[in-house]
Amino acid sequence: MNDKIYKVILFIAALIMPIVCGGVVYALVTDAYEAFEYFGFFNFLTSSEWNYTEGAEQYGALPFITGTLMTTLLALIFCIPFSLPVALFVGEYFKGTRVAAVLSTITDLLAGIPSIIYGLWGFYTLRPLIMALNISAQGSGILTASLVLAIMIIPYAASLSAEFIKMVPNDLKEGAYSLGATRAEVIRKVVFPVAGSGIFSSYILAIGRALGETMTVTMLIGNTNNIPDSITSTGNSMASIIANQFGEADGLRLSSLIAIGLILFLITALINMIGKIMIKRARIV
Amino acid sequence: MESVTPILEFKKTCVSYTKQTMAVKYVSAAIERNTITAIMGPSGCGKSTLLRAVNLMHDLYPNIRVGGEILLNNENILSMEPIDVRRRVGMVFQRPTPFPTMSIYDNVLSGFALNGIKLSKAEKDSTVEHCLRSVALWEEVKDVLNKKGTFLSGGQQQRLCIARALAMKPDVLLMDEPTSALDPIATKHIEELLLELQKEVTILIVTHNMGQAKRISSKSMFMYLGELVEYGDTETMFSKPSDERTKAYLTGKMG
Repeated sequence: MNDKIYKVILFIAALIMPIVCGGVVYALVTDAYEAFEYFGFFNFLTSSEWNYTEGAEQYGALPFITGTLMTTLLALIFCIPFSLPVALFVGEYFKGTRVAAVLSTITDLLAGIPSIIYGLWGFYTLRPLIMALNISAQGSGILTASLVLAIMIIPYAASLSAEFIKMVPNDLKEGAYSLGATRAEVIRKVVFPVAGSGIFSSYILAIGRALGETMTVTMLIGNTNNIPDSITSTGNSMASIIANQFGEADGLRLSSLIAIGLILFLITALINMIGKIMIKRARIV
Repeated sequence: MESVTPILEFKKTCVSYTKQTMAVKYVSAAIERNTITAIMGPSGCGKSTLLRAVNLMHDLYPNIRVGGEILLNNENILSMEPIDVRRRVGMVFQRPTPFPTMSIYDNVLSGFALNGIKLSKAEKDSTVEHCLRSVALWEEVKDVLNKKGTFLSGGQQQRLCIARALAMKPDVLLMDEPTSALDPIATKHIEELLLELQKEVTILIVTHNMGQAKRISSKSMFMYLGELVEYGDTETMFSKPSDERTKAYLTGKMG
């Protein structure tokens, strides 16, 4: 009898998750419906107009989709040369040593810093530096946001890929060493291929984080509603346009913002799903 | 006694994992060319540790110290580059370790790939066929060479690993309980194979299986607590062991 009550409680608790998830999707879809209906789904995706003058209202998501993709892609590119060595350091070269433990703790610590702090650092330290180096006049923009985003996703990419590198069986590495391979060759030809899909999925999940990051990007991207024409120009990401305008928006504009939110939700969910599926596959090997 | 230079000679070889304890204590023994030498002894006696000293596997772990001398063709390997030693001394492990991302074909050639040695297509093909034939795997896999090595059965995988080691044309082949993860039939195949292979390569095999030692080896070592207790002809050791500890082990009173 007791067991039965326990089961019912667990069941109800577990049921809350799908209900919440369904509720979020439902709310997004119903609230975004007006925008999609007014502009047409495809047109909304490809239009680059963002005009909230009354009577001439015109909204399109393209500049923000572009902004999000650019910042995410750049962040990924900046992140790899730092996260991969850290992963190798912790997972292979100094595996199991104190120095590796210290490094991985510090890396994990970086993951716990609130994004507003990264934003402040970016705004007051990195932005002046970018201006001083004459990279861009206003300092903020796609590049500045991407650099800070890269630092924010390094811990995720590094500690997850380190786990996969650690999982490469010692037998296999010794097998390669026994054939006369050097350490670099073992890493290139055994560790990377074997851990490859795991490392790849780590980066997919890191991308998932970068896509939706709001606060830092809002503080650093420059907040202009145009399609960025270079990496130093200003723009807006899907998350930052919502953060910037949700307070003052209503009607069609609010619906358009929610539509952008829905698109962002779908992209992030898709990316995370791909990453998770790949991780599952990588674990089987 | 003929005076043949041994291919491999242990001279007061010691291995220690920590400063206080030695896992292998002053082992001296000369291994003749083209023989199979079995290393026996209870678990923890240092037999695998001794074996792994020969291809400098201990160099991978900074805490492990190897002392004394190990001569390969009269050259002390402890002062040679690990990479050069390992190309001349092949190793087969307890569990088969084909590289999971490589095909059967590439697994055989992995020693070349790992060392950055380029071969022509014809050289590759003939090496693969020759090595797979010498481990009696060719007929079974010649149509599936592009499949992953991990598709094979355990015994086939182990033969693939032997082929991979042979491809580098080593002088000595080290085998660390190569059949302990295999079923009796696969074990029998490997044993027959080793008897054939000793014409080409000198084999040092660590085994827990006394029957196996008796069936395939001409020389045997018995180790106990890191010491080499007895070393001699396998037949003599099994019929008239000279040390009480060997006798106790072989008759099943110890180990």
